[in-house]
This record gives sequence, structure tokens and C-alpha cells, in this order.
Amino acid sequence: MSGCARCCKHGLMKFALSVGKLVRGTLIKDNLDDDLELSVVCHRPEGLEQLEAQTNFSKKELQVLYRGFKNECPSGAVNEETFKQIYSQFFPHGDASTYAHYLFNSFDSSQNGSIKFEDFVTALSILLRGTTTEKLEWTFNLYDINRDGYINKEEMTNIVKAIYDMMGRFTYPALKTDTPKQHVDAFFQKMDKNRDGVVTLDEFILSCQEDENIMRSLQLFENVI
Amino acid sequence: MAAGVATWLPFARAAAVGWLPLAKKTMPKPPVDKKSRNDEILFVNVSGLRFQTWKNTLDRYPDTLLGSSEKEFFYNEDTQEYFFDRDPEMFRHILNFYRTGKLHYPRQECIQAFDEELAFYGIVPDIIGDCCMEEYRDRKKENQERLAEDTEAENATDTPLPPHSTSRERLWRAFENPHTSTMALVFYYVTGFFIAVSVIANVVETVPCRPPKGSKKDLPCGEKYTLAFFCMDTACVLIFTFEYLMRLFAAPSRCKFMRSVMSVIDVVAIMPYYIGLVMPENEDVSGAFVTLRVFRVFRIFKFSRHSQGLRILGYTLKSCASELGFLLFSLTMAIIIFATVMFYAEKGTKGTNFTSIPASFWYTIVTMTTLGYGDMVPNTIAGKIFGSICSLSGVLVIALPVPVIVSNFSRIYHQNQRADKMRAQQKVRLARIRLAKKGTTNAFLQYKEEGGFQGRGSDNALCLKNRSSFEHQHHHLLHCLEKTTNHEFTDELTFSEMCMTESVGYRTSRSTSISSQQGVATSCCPRRAKRRAIRLANSTVSVSRGSVQELDTLQVHKTSAGPQSRSSLNARTEDLKLNCEDRDFTAAIISIPTPPANTPDESLPPSPAIPGILRNSRPTSFTHETVKISSL
Repeated sequence: MSGCARCCKHGLMKFALSVGKLVRGTLIKDNLDDDLELSVVCHRPEGLEQLEAQTNFSKKELQVLYRGFKNECPSGAVNEETFKQIYSQFFPHGDASTYAHYLFNSFDSSQNGSIKFEDFVTALSILLRGTTTEKLEWTFNLYDINRDGYINKEEMTNIVKAIYDMMGRFTYPALKTDTPKQHVDAFFQKMDKNRDGVVTLDEFILSCQEDENIMRSLQLFENVI
Repeated sequence: MAAGVATWLPFARAAAVGWLPLAKKTMPKPPVDKKSRNDEILFVNVSGLRFQTWKNTLDRYPDTLLGSSEKEFFYNEDTQEYFFDRDPEMFRHILNFYRTGKLHYPRQECIQAFDEELAFYGIVPDIIGDCCMEEYRDRKKENQERLAEDTEAENATDTPLPPHSTSRERLWRAFENPHTSTMALVFYYVTGFFIAVSVIANVVETVPCRPPKGSKKDLPCGEKYTLAFFCMDTACVLIFTFEYLMRLFAAPSRCKFMRSVMSVIDVVAIMPYYIGLVMPENEDVSGAFVTLRVFRVFRIFKFSRHSQGLRILGYTLKSCASELGFLLFSLTMAIIIFATVMFYAEKGTKGTNFTSIPASFWYTIVTMTTLGYGDMVPNTIAGKIFGSICSLSGVLVIALPVPVIVSNFSRIYHQNQRADKMRAQQKVRLARIRLAKKGTTNAFLQYKEEGGFQGRGSDNALCLKNRSSFEHQHHHLLHCLEKTTNHEFTDELTFSEMCMTESVGYRTSRSTSISSQQGVATSCCPRRAKRRAIRLANSTVSVSRGSVQELDTLQVHKTSAGPQSRSSLNARTEDLKLNCEDRDFTAAIISIPTPPANTPDESLPPSPAIPGILRNSRPTSFTHETVKISSL
């Protein structure tokens, strides 16, 4: 009974308020619209000279890179969603979101959920103009999802699965369920020297340097820009 | 793929380094990029307004003009820029598309101009951004409707009838567009007059007239002059029946016609008369008959065929059906509410008019529409308060849907006005265009008369007016056509003169000319060209004085031109029979003394003509040919 009375009083109050509004002649709109204006976070990179010093790019190349980057992300930073969308457009057959997630994490050096231009350019510098050791180190960091310095089978399986996901369903020959597992086993066979079930950075670099193919292919991507 | 993604491609390719240790096979070689990768600034000059942009910006969309190699066609070596002779204001939007990836539609521009620019630059309109897409679509649809309307209006009313229309089609057309023929117009006005007469008669017959002698009571005129009104009514109904039957006969689709609104009105207008005729003089039934006479007032709706304004009004009401429905519904709701309230408020009062809720409906309606007759008034204070609230809300409820109806009416009315204006302007425009066309043909004829052809010499050079190079080339082209078909352009006057002078001497002179035609050395056009001449030069071919000079000049070039041929030609100038019927145009061919077939055009140089002529000096076959042709 008391609840009913409270409810009635509440209703009455609302009615009185609306009559009051009517009487005053002002239609008080919801002011929520004003709050929707999100303050746009803008990030500016460090100076051109600094970036030139930190990376292996020339000024002109940095300019070209920045213009493209700024055109896509006027706010100066890429968040994970956008990154996933962009990366998925290159692989329309399959699902590139998982791999993009790992890539994003490897690019995002400060782990704050957005890639700024410096991160972008630093990573590109390593990948395109760095030494083989640096490149291999970068790759190791990509595979080492939890950044503990070791690649275990589980991490590797995740990476390989993500890569196979990008292929999509329609492949020739058809993907079997244990293909990723076989791939991971082969990888560990090659890389894990001391058979302790994990791959360390040194093991990784050593094994890669022994493989002719890998060393040769590392030079392939230098002319991308 | 979107342009922005192209920027990220190098990045994605670089990230592929991460696959290398896992790769089962060796990586393929990367594509070699021959072009210089340096980004450069391009200059684009659009009608004097210089734009500058990075090359990469334009390369984002390789399937457009600016993004592909097509722009090299517009490259100006001297100024090292790309020059486009297009609208610079529009180019701004095009370039913004490359920069931002979104195409915007400028609202102040004409939609067709914008479409043309897009087509030129190879941009598909579908990529207009969402912000502007709705506006673009609406304007485009409006424009298309407008064009369709105009062409329809153009075709519908003023096209002449197809030549083989039946009398039924002609009749229907006369009914639908009275201004096409005088008969139709007369009929239109006659029916209009009779509609007016009928309506006025209906009205007047209820007016009280002076009573006949010996009676005190005022009689309505209808009962005093029964015969006169009956005759008038009969006449009107006869006319209406006749009109209805004619329309029914002429209608292309009788079922559709019978279901149309106007035909229903027609039937309703004439039915009461016929029912009255067959009705017996019975007391009970005549009461019902009197009610039927009310339907005679529907004759006034027949005026909507005559008045466009009425039609617009009807069309508006039809198109605003939903708003009218809403108005009606909200009014009904309000009436019921207020009637109930007033009834209960006034229940206590003695001798009150508010005897029941339906009785209060009348008060509510009168109050809400602010009529206020005053036959029912509230007495209690509560009644007065609610009465005032009722009248205030009435104003609001009625005022709300009315603007919608008004705007609809205004739109339709203006559309109609525009159609009429367009029709009137079209006539003037077409007349002006025809005048201009005549001007150019006259220019050519004048040019010929002044002897502007080559070889006439320097003495005529003064006569030649100063002509632009365009005119020179145009006239040369027309000249070539004349030579091709071996006919000449002339004006209407000369042509009609020629038609008149189907001279008597035709036969005789023809025979003489045939005999003297041996080896006449004018080259002629092949049969094909002749046939082309039949088809082409239907109305503008005749041989004027100038042609004699023509053949004259030709004779000069050719070899075996005999004087007799010239004289015969002279003699035949007047006797050139131009068969003015459309079919037998081949008669014109006879007039030109050329042997048929197997000879090259006149426009070719003489030397190949000569062997042709020699080849064809077969008088007998020539005669046969001529005879044959004339008989066509």
C-alpha cells in the first residue's frame, strides 16, 4: 500500500512538472546531445629530425609515410578495431582479425591500445631497413604473445591457426583440422634445439640463420616503399 | 578497395616478414616497380584555376581519368601542367574526392552539370558519400520526372495524328484535346453552355414566383412554368446523353472509361431524368423521386472537364487523403471527448439543451470550428470553463493538418502552371529554332547565287561576304552532297514554282534531248547515289538556274561536250519535270541528262570519269533507261 502511494506521489510529481513546463512555455529538450560531443584526441608525432634519427628512413620517405598515415587517421592514432578492419581488407577470403590482433600488439610498443605514428614508423623501419637480426627479433616478438621471452607450443599454435584463418575455407588442397598442428610440430622440430618444448630468442635466431631460404627471403621486402 | 587501404599496403607487405620463419616454401619474388617512387606535385590547370596535388593522391583511384594514364592526353608540355577546359568550381569537388575519399554533392549546382562533370572525369556517381546521397538522389529523380513530363507534354498534345487513324481515334482525340480542331472546340463550348443552363434551371425552379391569378400562395417557379422547365431539362439531358454515348463509342478502352470518375458523374447527372420518365405518378414513390432530383446537382461537377482548377483541387484532395483522414480522426476524437464532458457538466441544469451526448455533438462542432451559433450555450461555471477549453483546442486541431494540405495544393498547382508555361515557351522556342535553321540554309543558297564556287573567278570575290572558316567548310560539305546526289539545294519558293511548271513541252523536249544526248560528257552519279537522292532530298531538290551553270562548268572539263547538249540543257531548264508526289521522285533523275549506272561520282576528278563515260556511250540502253525511270 505504501509502495502504491509512493508510486502515485511520484507520478503526480511528474505530472505537476510537465504542467509546469507547459505553463512556463519552455520545452526543455534533452540536453544529452551536448554531451555527445566527444573531445577528439589528437596526437602529434615528434619532430621530423628526431624520427629521422631514430629510424632508417630519409626525410622524404617519412614525409610520404606521414601524409598517408595522417590522411587515414586524422587523429594521429589507430585503434585496434580500425587496424583490424584495414588489415582484413587485404585478405577478403578469410578472417584476418586474429592475426591482425597479434600484429597490432606487436606494433603497439607502449601497449596502450593505439598505434601512433612513431610506433608505425619504428616498426616499418625495422622491417624494411633493419638488419636481419633486428627483423628476426621483431618476428620473435610477434610470435611471443605474452612477451615472456619464450615461444611455447600453444602460442605458436595460435599464431599458425590465425595465419591459416586468413586463407579462408576454400583452399587447394583442402585444409585439414590437424594441418596447423603439423605445421607447429615441424616448426618446433626445426627451431627447438635443446628440445625443451620452448623456443628462446637465441635458438630462434640461430635456427633461422642456418636456413638459407629464410635469410634470402628477408631481403625481399626491402623495396616496399 | 578503398583508397585509404592503398596507403596501408606497404605496411601489410612489410608485416609479411612475420611469416617467413613459418614458410614451408620459398617466397615469390616481389614485383619490380619501374616507376620512380618519388612523390611529386602535379599541377592541374582547370580553365585558369591552378590546382596542385601530390601524384599519389591522384593515383588512389586508378580507374578514373585523373588516376590513369588518360590524363596524359591533357598534358601541356609547354607549361608542364595538365590542362582541362572544364568548370573550375566543380573541379574543386572532384579533387576533394581524391583527397578525402568521399564525394560530396554541391547543393547549389545543377544536377545535370554535376553528372556531366562526373562522367567526364570517369567517376561513378554511386560513390557519393552518405551525407549527400539523399539530396543527390532526390534532385536527380526530380530532374528526370521533370524531363519526362516535358517530353510527355510535348508529345501528347501537339503531335499531329498518325496519318491512318480511324474516325474513332480522331473522335477520342477531339474529346480529350478540344483545341485541336474547330468542331471539337465548338462542341466543348456547347456542352459547357448547356451544363450552365441546366444548373441555373435547377436553381431557379425553386425560387418563388408570383402566384398565378386567383391564388394567394407563392409558388416556386418550377411549378408555375412546368412545361418550360421540362423542355429545358429534356434538351440538356439529350445533349448530355448524346455526349456520353459519343465518348463511350470513342473511348479506346470502354471498360476503363466506364469506371472513370467523369463517366460516373455523367451517368449520375442524367439518370434522375430517365428514372423520372419511367416512374409512375404514384404518391409514395414520387417522394423518393424528389430525392433523386438532388442528384441533378452533380451536373455541376461536369464542369471539371472544362476547368483545370477544379481538377487540381480534386487531385489535391486525393493526394492529401492521409492528412484529411488524420484531421477527421482527431476532430472526431475531440468532439466525443468534449461532448461527453459538456453533457455531464450541464446535466444538472434545468431546461438545458444538452439533452444527450449526441445532442452535445452539435455544440462541440459549432464551438470547435469557432462558429458559435449560440443556439446551445452552457449555463454552469464548469460548463463555461470546459466550453472555452473546447473552443481553444478546436483552433489548434484544425490548424495543424491544414498547412500540409495547402502545401500539397501549392505544389500541384505550380507544377501545372509550369507545364502550361513550358508549353507556351516551347512554341516560341521552336519557332526561333526553325528560323535559325532557315537562316543557315538561306546562307548556303545565297552563297551559291553569288557564284561562290571555285572557278567562277575573281570578279565575284568582292561579292562574297566575309565568311568564317566554319561556314566555308560547311558550305563545301553541302556542295559535296549536291555533287554526290547530282541534285541541288533550293528554297521552298523555287521548288513550288517547279512543281507548278509541269510543263506541257516536257514530252517533246525530252525526246529531242534524248536524241541529242549522245555521248554527253557529264559524269553522273551511280545508281546507288540516285537512290540515295530519292531518299535524302525529298523536299529540297530541284534544279534551279544555278544548275545550268553547274552542268556548264562540268562540260568545260569534259571532252565531247556538244553545243547541242548545252542548248538542249538550256531548253530543258524550264521543262525539268519535278514530280511533286513523294513517291515518284525518280522523275527528277530524268531531268539530268546523264547516263545511268557504272559511272563514278561527280565529285571525283575528271580522269576516271572519262573512261566511264566512254564506257557508257550506249544510246539505246540510255534511252531505255530513261524511259524506264520515267515510268516509275
